[in-house]
Amino acid sequence: MNRMEENDAAVVAQVLAGDRDAFRVVVERHSQNLFRLAYRMTGNEQDAEDVVQETFLRAYRRLNKFESRSSFSTWLYRIAVNCSLDQSRKRRQQDERQLAPNPELPDPMLALPSTDPSTERLVLSAEVRRRVEATLNELTEKEKAAFVLRHYEGMSIEEVGRAMGLRANAAKNNIFRAVQKLRRALEPVVS
Amino acid sequence: MNHLSEEQLILFHYQEADEAHDLNLMEQHLAGCEVCRSRLDDLERELALFGEAPVPARPPDYGEQVWLRLRPRLMERPGSIWSGFFAPRQWVVAGGLAALIVGAFLAGRYWQIRQAPEPAPISAQARERILLLAVGNHLERSQMILVELVNADGKGPVDIAPERRTARDLVEANRLYRQTAARDGDLGMASVLDDLERVLIEVANSPSEISSAQLDSIRHRIEAKGILFKIRVVGTQVEEREKSAQTLPPSGKT
Repeated sequence: MNRMEENDAAVVAQVLAGDRDAFRVVVERHSQNLFRLAYRMTGNEQDAEDVVQETFLRAYRRLNKFESRSSFSTWLYRIAVNCSLDQSRKRRQQDERQLAPNPELPDPMLALPSTDPSTERLVLSAEVRRRVEATLNELTEKEKAAFVLRHYEGMSIEEVGRAMGLRANAAKNNIFRAVQKLRRALEPVVS
Repeated sequence: MNHLSEEQLILFHYQEADEAHDLNLMEQHLAGCEVCRSRLDDLERELALFGEAPVPARPPDYGEQVWLRLRPRLMERPGSIWSGFFAPRQWVVAGGLAALIVGAFLAGRYWQIRQAPEPAPISAQARERILLLAVGNHLERSQMILVELVNADGKGPVDIAPERRTARDLVEANRLYRQTAARDGDLGMASVLDDLERVLIEVANSPSEISSAQLDSIRHRIEAKGILFKIRVVGTQVEEREKSAQTLPPSGKT
């Protein structure tokens, strides 16, 4: 356990002993990282903000279930992944009730006249970005969570498994499937 | 050694080894195999594209902001069986606002039915009036910020410190109203509050002094979505409902 983890565990003990304001330390320490994870998971700034709040709230309420020998940040990430999945489901249901965007309308970036190489690069880069976002959203929940934790958060496969409540082998298979799907989706624009 | 599989290349890229996959063996193979080296290059180039997706930056004091919004919701000691049940803002605001929003924005259509003598407890009426007042006040304060920003002189740096402070105050209340509206199925109201919240967050997270380009970006967001107009419409509905609630005789009192 590194120094930060030890410190987190000490803060948890303090909060459980009745010092509610000690929780501020872990909130300030982990908010930026949780926002980044939540944004990667939900793809929406507002939803990511909600996820950060909800994650800390759930963590606080379940603090007595945290086992101090494990990593607090991994435990927090696990809650954040679940909150992100809940939020994404809610968002999907909400979006389904609203009008879908007209697929006939051209992408304004693609409508740019590509008369010079820099414009072409811009358009291509926008297309890649669009595909990256779209493809990430097409992954299953587990594939997306595993990929985000491994690729963006730099967790080892074992840590990904712990954060998702999966065996390492299952986490690894989700990462494989995610990478394979993402590569197939990008093929037309990178080949 | 056969060529490396895609799975092995992925593991090598992430430098992950296990009993079945030895990184040293893979490295040795890659050093002597042009085909696998080229496949690894392709994989790395493609995965690098996923590293480009940007995440909106949070201000350096973001953790503090999160704490300030969170703290009022942490009333009970963790693990208490009452912690969820008695979380006061959820209990009072969500419960009360459920009545408020249904009352204010949906019940208009049932107005005729409500005219029929239907005794209600006095506390519910009083609560509704107070909550209507709170939402009306919230919308009015939000509107004032937006008007200030839309009309601000955009030549050179603009000091938005007062609007920023107010926006920070309003964000949390707005979130609660929005969540309640969404939970009650009032998607129109939730959508207006969602648009409003994005602007409030943008303003709250901006520096005290912004450039004219940043101001233009905020104005564009306000104007493109017609947020001011929508707030006025919703605000008027709330006001009318509030007046009606005031003129109703207090029921339950005999």
